[in-house]
Amino acid sequence: MSNVGIVIVSHSPLVAQGTADMVRQMVGDEVPLAWCGGDPSGGLGTSVEKIVEAIEKAWSDAGVAILVDLGGAETNSEMAIEFIGEPRMNRIRICNAPIVEGAVMAATEASGGAPLSAVVATAEELSPH
Amino acid sequence: MEAGGEVNFKPLQIEALVKRANAVIAANAEELTALDSAIGDADHGINMKRGFEALAADAGVLSSKPFGEALKASGMKLVMTVGGASGPLFGTFLMTLGKEIDAAPFPAAFARAVDSVAARGKSERGQKTLLDVLYPLSEAISAGRPLPELVVVASTAADATVPLMATRGRASFLGERSKGHMDPGSRTCVLLAGVVVDWLENDT
Repeated sequence: MSNVGIVIVSHSPLVAQGTADMVRQMVGDEVPLAWCGGDPSGGLGTSVEKIVEAIEKAWSDAGVAILVDLGGAETNSEMAIEFIGEPRMNRIRICNAPIVEGAVMAATEASGGAPLSAVVATAEELSPH
Repeated sequence: MEAGGEVNFKPLQIEALVKRANAVIAANAEELTALDSAIGDADHGINMKRGFEALAADAGVLSSKPFGEALKASGMKLVMTVGGASGPLFGTFLMTLGKEIDAAPFPAAFARAVDSVAARGKSERGQKTLLDVLYPLSEAISAGRPLPELVVVASTAADATVPLMATRGRASFLGERSKGHMDPGSRTCVLLAGVVVDWLENDT
């Protein structure tokens, strides 16, 4: 698929899955989508390993936009991107946007075939400047 | 460890370091989580305990490596197992230290590891984070202060995070209310500095 992929990373698997459900309802199967949540032992938190898996699952040659909730989700996503490494890491971006609204807006933009930069920009319009 | 060039320890010594660290983190995990429950999300002790238990479980493999490689592998393990933001922060510290320790004199390698934590966290000194202990510690190491003093420097620096207002990390959501509590990551740095100093004095 040539549309940008969307990855949702929350501390809570319930939030991540619920956000993914909302995205699916909006855009159907038009965009590659994956989510992850929970720390390596299943508590609230995030796991670099699970984030890498989610990026792989949602991978698109057009790139992947990641939506995160709180600090650790962002730091662990940055680490996961580094593990994916060159050259693909240059086509993965973390959006500075609220996770639910950002995921829905990013996916909507992606479903129209927009490039990664436009997908990220659309999600980030939701953030106060 | 003052000189540059290859730094290495015997397998039994590396194993002793990993086990000391795991024991101290485990013994203080509740305190760390309590500190984190005041201004964060009450998981720092639990997360660090999980990470160091994973290191201890790997102690045999880690100790068979050259010291720099063991540090890098330990950092990677923490990244993969800790869960919170502390995983990438402490993990990046060890991975950078492992990379630099054979290439530069120890104080320079330590300073670069601290800089890598700042870059990872997009943070700087004075924001009520572990950097508020790591930078003073790095300066004390560069100044050639003796081992027992390093723990005092770290501990004094951690105490100094109490009145600070957090502007980075989860505690920053609390704004003014983050004042009056010690930063949990800073406390962990004090504990680990103590572990390393004890180890250097008794096991090497």
